[in-house]
Amino acid sequence: MNSLSVFADTRRPAPTGAILGVHCDNRCTVEARDLNVYYGNFRAVKGINLEVQRQRITALIGPSGCGKSTLLRSFNRMNDLIPGSRMEGLVLFGGYNIYDPDVDPVEVRRRIGMVFQKPNPFPKTIYENVAWGARINGFRGDMDSLVEQSLRQAALWDEVKDKLQQSALALSGGQQQRLCIARAIAIKPEIILMDEPASALDPIATLKIEDLMHELVEKYTIIIVTHNMQQAARVSDHTAFLMMDSDRAGYLVEHGPTRDLFTNPKDKRTEDYITGRFG
Amino acid sequence: MNPRPARTSRSPEGGLPEGEALRRDIAARHRVGKVWLLLFQASTLVGIIALTALLYNVLNQSFGLVAVQNQVEPEMLTIEGVPLQDLTKEQLIAILEDHVSKGVMRRLESEIPFASRSRENVYSLVQERVVSPEIVRSWLFVDSIFRRAEILAEAAEEYPNAKIQFRAWVNWDFIRNSQSSTPALAGVRTALLGSLWMIAITILIAFPLGLGAAIYLEEYASDNLLNRIIQTNISNLAGVPSIIYGMLGLAIFVRALEPLTSGALFAASDPTAANGRTILSAALTLALLVLPLIIINAQEAIRAVPRSLRQASYALGATKWQTTWHHVLPSALPGVLTGTILAMSRAIGETAPLVVVGASTFIALDPNGPFSKFTALPIQIYQWTARPQDQFRNIAGATIIVLLVLLLSLNASAVLLRNRYSRRM
Repeated sequence: MNSLSVFADTRRPAPTGAILGVHCDNRCTVEARDLNVYYGNFRAVKGINLEVQRQRITALIGPSGCGKSTLLRSFNRMNDLIPGSRMEGLVLFGGYNIYDPDVDPVEVRRRIGMVFQKPNPFPKTIYENVAWGARINGFRGDMDSLVEQSLRQAALWDEVKDKLQQSALALSGGQQQRLCIARAIAIKPEIILMDEPASALDPIATLKIEDLMHELVEKYTIIIVTHNMQQAARVSDHTAFLMMDSDRAGYLVEHGPTRDLFTNPKDKRTEDYITGRFG
Repeated sequence: MNPRPARTSRSPEGGLPEGEALRRDIAARHRVGKVWLLLFQASTLVGIIALTALLYNVLNQSFGLVAVQNQVEPEMLTIEGVPLQDLTKEQLIAILEDHVSKGVMRRLESEIPFASRSRENVYSLVQERVVSPEIVRSWLFVDSIFRRAEILAEAAEEYPNAKIQFRAWVNWDFIRNSQSSTPALAGVRTALLGSLWMIAITILIAFPLGLGAAIYLEEYASDNLLNRIIQTNISNLAGVPSIIYGMLGLAIFVRALEPLTSGALFAASDPTAANGRTILSAALTLALLVLPLIIINAQEAIRAVPRSLRQASYALGATKWQTTWHHVLPSALPGVLTGTILAMSRAIGETAPLVVVGASTFIALDPNGPFSKFTALPIQIYQWTARPQDQFRNIAGATIIVLLVLLLSLNASAVLLRNRYSRRM
């Protein structure tokens, strides 16, 4: 499927001019409008309205089961892979609805990368882990330098440069997670989604990931789901707080600059949560 | 065994046992565990005993003493004190002329003229036609070892002219020789080749079909009524008796598709076969038989690939096929191969469907392609055990050994292949 032809479709003018494709140039942000996600009959999140700021780190926090991960996965259509899931509302990427029937989820995921909770490197070599995504997406050029560049950006190059042909599974958990980040940035996404990227790691590896996020945000927009409020306070520029309603559907309570939200929450429930009174 | 020994030792007001009662409670729990352990060990033992009995029986038949009686003793054929094996070619030809009919001599002459035959060739002709050793009696291996003296005495009385010697029924000649109505000369060459041809074609057909179906059912098929019916049917097909598959094969491959399976379509039909009862028909039937097994095992293997691996691939913008081809299949391959090994073992030992599809019981010519008539190792075993003469049971035992060795070596190579794939990280 020719991606440009889809997005350059003149019969369907995009709300804000050029979209998704190459014209985006790291200027795209993602925005949820009246978003509801269902798993079968169960509504996981409801009525989410959230605009993510470009080249900032946005943290999604909230108690367990409030739909943070569901919201995150709806930003790159990973929910499509779950049988029985469906959504209502809009997710706009550069102003264009990524759930439009014309949009191929493959392209969405190429533009909006993802790092998962548990490090999940491919059972291949370190080199191949980074190179694979670029290769299947039709990368032409110097693969060696792309791999090196991606590993450098992920602050992993110095640790693995002598063992690129060894199995990625031999790395430590923290290294594996940074490899997963290198793999994600090798395909030059505009946005990186991180689903509790440090929750399976020890404190030192966690710190490395957090430092890495600070470096990556120079180039990328990052959305991170975290259980750890200190982490949200440490790394994020913006924070969105979600909670679970009585029907177990997650909804957005409040969002804003992290400093404001943590020091001066507007909502009583946010205050209760960040002061540790529940959750 | 007392499943609830702790009940009485609990304090009357309830709660957890303490002190002496706790000690007894723990001891009782360990006892229960020991009883179960013994049961499991016993069931393993039963299995080992059954296997040993099988091997004992087979080996017992395949080795042992035999009484060999010559039609004409070599000592009678000495000329002027020179023993038979040292005679010249001309003397050997003279002996042949003395002992066989003129017609046979003429036929031998027309096959290869005596003038151009070597001395060794003529010597073996004399052995075969004149001396003509025949096994008149065979004994079991265990008897041959432990009752040797009795056997020798008995043989000396009953077969005074016979030589007693130890014979391994499974030997190089047995594997190399074609079939024969004389057990001592019979071999499994045609059956072995038939089995190999058949299993090769079976795997060639069933593996790609089975894997393809498994990929479709696991990765692509949506969870609707039709697919669930298909899934249930495949599971049930794995349990259908093999003779039913034989009848299906007879109806479809031998009869309906005769032009294809006899090779007539490709102008390659074997004039001796002249109908659909070919290796191809048998292999197609066996492929149908093992297809459900391969599908089910491949599905299990594909299902066992962690979801995180698929997600990692999708999150990089891979399509479904790229995910399946680059990640799911390599990870599932060891499991798929294990299933295929099982299926292969099943196929190579199948007898009933081959009988129905029309395995020949006696063919002296090697099968030379998919359109040949065929026989297979299990068919030979079945045939030979059904004969009344003792010595056919000996060669049946020897055939079982050949079949087991073939099975084990095929399995071993498949396991090696599988381990190679799983080591590739």
